[in-house]
This record gives sequence, structure tokens and C-alpha cells, in this order.
Amino acid sequence: MQRAVFKSRWLPYLLVAPQLAVTVLFFFWPAVKSLQLSLYRVSPFGDRSTFIGLENFTKLLADPDYYSSVLNSFLFAGGVTALSVFGSLVLAGLATQKIRGLAVYRTLLLWPYGIAPAVAGIIFLFIFHPAYGILPYFLSFVTDYEFNWLLKGWVAMTLVIVATAWTHLGYNIAFYIAGLLAIPASVMEAADVDGAGPLRRFTAIVFPLVSPITFYLVVLNMVFAFFESFGVVDAVTKGGPGQATEIMVYKLYKDGFIGLNLGSSGAQSVILMAIVIGLTVLQFRFAERKVTYR
Amino acid sequence: MSAVGATQLERAQVRARVTDAPRRARVRGGTLLVHALLIACIAVVVFPLYFALTVSTQDLQQVVQRPPRLLPSTHMLDNYAEAWRKANMGRMLLNSAAMAVTVAVGKIVISMLSAFAIVYFNFRGRTLCFWMIFITLMLPVPVRLMSTYEVIGTLGWLNSYEGLTIPLMASATATFLFRQFYLTVPSEMAEAAQLDGAGPLRFLWGFLLPLSWANIAALFVVLFIFGWNQYLWPLMITNTEAMRTVVIGLEQLIPRSGTELPTWNLIMAGAMMALLPPVAIIIFMQRWFVKGLVESDK
Repeated sequence: MQRAVFKSRWLPYLLVAPQLAVTVLFFFWPAVKSLQLSLYRVSPFGDRSTFIGLENFTKLLADPDYYSSVLNSFLFAGGVTALSVFGSLVLAGLATQKIRGLAVYRTLLLWPYGIAPAVAGIIFLFIFHPAYGILPYFLSFVTDYEFNWLLKGWVAMTLVIVATAWTHLGYNIAFYIAGLLAIPASVMEAADVDGAGPLRRFTAIVFPLVSPITFYLVVLNMVFAFFESFGVVDAVTKGGPGQATEIMVYKLYKDGFIGLNLGSSGAQSVILMAIVIGLTVLQFRFAERKVTYR
Repeated sequence: MSAVGATQLERAQVRARVTDAPRRARVRGGTLLVHALLIACIAVVVFPLYFALTVSTQDLQQVVQRPPRLLPSTHMLDNYAEAWRKANMGRMLLNSAAMAVTVAVGKIVISMLSAFAIVYFNFRGRTLCFWMIFITLMLPVPVRLMSTYEVIGTLGWLNSYEGLTIPLMASATATFLFRQFYLTVPSEMAEAAQLDGAGPLRFLWGFLLPLSWANIAALFVVLFIFGWNQYLWPLMITNTEAMRTVVIGLEQLIPRSGTELPTWNLIMAGAMMALLPPVAIIIFMQRWFVKGLVESDK
């Protein structure tokens, strides 16, 4: 950090004060409290607390319900990421060809980003509805299988994955379009002259050239799926049927707010913190590379 | 390009190959194919929204009819009025708008000021400030859930607009965007302003702010959507009907048990009202939206 032109003893502190006040009061202090909470057993009303070391963690790690929430989280995040990143690459690839009406096509592809995951979940809830839904209705012509998310865990998981991936599309497409437009026209022309067809151009040139963006988007979609997807689960499945869609953040909320198990929710917060730190480090690695490629 | 060392003749051959007639026909066929594929994909992406809109205009009988009705009907106004009344939509939309606008404006103001301090002043703790702001990226709401709730409770901010908005106003991404932008402004400008006797605040207000409008517009679009679509935060901070935002309040319209009427037309009407403001902003401010997304990276 160079620059620094003005001189004042107090003004810079005044300027950063609002940001730092919010940061310390609502980010750092609660984070430290979460760390501390994870080492204590706290009575449900918070009036008594006993230091118990790592017992909250060992209990969690011995709890099969916790494992299933971890597994669900990775399944959910992996499904959302695979579906929306791959779908976006294909759509962005089509929307950067030299054809008329591109502005209209792009507008039609970007808007799903505005839909809250919970609202998307409610729309898909009706599409998947066992009695009135359009999807089970048409599937019933093809198969006798009962496509009921209230009974089948994997159907419920598919429902929340598809709804969430839908809302991620606009975001990923915006990034891919920017990346694809940055590929020099001369490279594509050269491949064209050498006789490479559209599919070959895509696999041999476009895909490797945008791979830094792909990695970056994979990490970012994972972060969103892990930490911003509470709404879709809460509004649609409430973690059910059974615990089939209970992701880590939902379990944390349930154990903390409803079960009032503060120690365990503290420990769960700390584990999530480790995951988000890992993902953020990856994100900035790829962000740097993305910049050098562009 | 690969044709760097090519002779005149080879270049001519290449040109001939590019412009010959059968090839052009193939390209035209390809263009049609791209249009067809794009239209097919967009149909898939748009369908859930189209379907929700369609259902929101039907009466109860049409909603449950088999085979499902895929065409709009004439009950739109009735349904929207009924949903509006039943879920107290007016209040919820107002709360969402207040939250989204306040969070977006707050984040932008706070971030502009701190980026200005970090770029234009040399003060003790500058690097520390920068890192503290950066670390907020690694502390999303879920990792500090219960203890943040406690802090808000201690401040007496539960069920208040302060509680809904102020704790969300720290923004690492907006701060980085403004920092990046300020660094592209030649430092001679600030020196010149100083020679003219303008103080730092004058320089920020009179010179940097007018230059920043493009960044501000782009950030506003992205941050408005962020604020409008919050779920966990308002769910945690509010528990009264009067403070509920539309994204969390919509769920109460879902007919859960078999004994309730399957009023999916009403909930789809509610969903359309909840998603219209952010979607409209993306469509009408598309240029700023893309800039905001790609440049602020979140």
C-alpha cells in the first residue's frame, strides 16, 4: 500500500471508525464468543457455564446425526456447484457466439440471480408437489416410481439443489461471459482456419482458457451453497424428510435456537469457520490467477 | 497468430478458404443452431418463473386440475389482492425495501470512507485496519450465529430496523472495490487539490465522489439484491409480524397440511411480489449489475 497524500492525526481514524465499529461489535466479538462457547457447557438459559475443554467437539464427532449433516452439506454444495457452473458455462458459451439479439438473450439469462433462494425453493416446491406438481404429473407417464419429496430423501435433496442452482445461474453466467469475451478473437480465428469445429474449439481452447474462472466459480458457489442456503432448506423442507436435507448450517440453527444447546452450536460454528477459512484462501488464490489470465 | 511466417501465397489461400461459398452456408446453419439451442435453454431457465406467474392468475380449480393448466387465466387481480391481505404484504414489502436500501447505502458510505482513509492517509494501524476488514469475509452469519444474537439482544435491537440493518453494513468487498478505484486516480490530483488549499474531505466530496458514481451504481444494484434476499438474519432478529421481511414471511402462505385448501395461486402471487423488485433492478440496471458482480467479486 503506497500513496498517502494527506496528513492528519485524527481524521483517518474517524473515517475508518464506522466500519471498524461494526466489524468489532458484530463480527470479531461474536466470533470470539463462539470460540469460547465451544469450550463450555452452558445451561439452556445461559445462566451457568462450565469449562469442559474439547468435550463439545468429541461429542459432535461421535454423533451420527452430525456426520449426516456434513455429508448432506457436501452433497448439496457439490450438486448445486456442478449443476450451476456447468450449466452456466454452456449457456455463456452460446451467448457469446456471433449472432443477432445477444443483448436480449443475455438479459433473459441474468435475471435468476435476483430471486432469493427461499423464494426459488417455494416455486420449485409447487413444481415438485406430490399431488398438484407438474413434474410428478409428467413423470407418472414414464414411470410408476413415486416421485414424492415428502417420502423420498433424495427427491427432497434434488428439489433444494435444483432451486438453489437456478438462483446461482445469473451470477456464474455474468462471470463466464466476461471471461469468454476476453479471449482474443485471433485465437478463435486461428483455430477456425486450422479447421477446428465448434465442439473441438470449445474443448481444446475455450475450456482451458476459462479454467481459472471455473475454479474460482466452483469455490464461490461452494461458499454460497454452504453459508447462504439456509433459507431454501428452512422455507421448503425444514431439513426433512427425516434428516435428508439437514445441512450443517440448518443443524446449527436447530441445535442453537430451538434446542438451546449453546455449547454444541458453538462447536459447530467453529467447524464451519474452519471450512469458510479454507474456502476463502482458495478463493483468493484463484482470484489472483483469474486476474493474470484475463 | 500462427500465420506469422506465412508467405503471401499461403495467406491468399487461407483467405480463399475463409470466404468460399459452402462454408458460408455452413456458418448460417450454425447460427440457426445457436439460436435454437439458446432459445431451448432459456425456455428451461424461464419456465419456473413463467409457471409461477401463470399459476398466480388461476383460480383454485384451475390450480389443481389434471392435466395441469399451463396458460394464464383471469384471476390475477383477485389473487394478488387476496395474498396482499392475507400475508400483510404491504408491510413486509416495506420492511424489505427499507432493509435493502439502508444496508446498500450504509455499506457504500462506510466502505467509501474507510477506503479513502486507507489509500490517502498514512496512519498507525493502517495495515491492521485493512486486515480486520478482510477477515470479515471469513465470518459469515452462521459461524457466529448464537453470539451475534446475544449482542443484538444486549443492545436491545431485536425487532428493530437498527438490528436488521446496521450489523450487516461492514463490507470487505465494497471497501476493496473503492480502494482499487482510488488507486487508479493519479496521485497528482490529490496533490493539486492540496496546493489549491482543499482539505481531504473537500477532495473526497468534490472530486472523488463525482468520479465514483459508476462504482456506486454497480455496488448499489448488487448490495440491494443482497439485502432484499437476506433470510437467516431477519429470521433471527425479528419475531413480530410488523418487522417481518417478505422473503421470510412468504413461507406462512404455504399450505402444509392436507386439511388446508391448496391455495398455491395465492402463494405464487406472493412469490411474484417478493421477487419482482430485485429481478426488475437486474433487468433495468443490467449494465451496472454485471459491473458490480464481476468487479466486486461478491
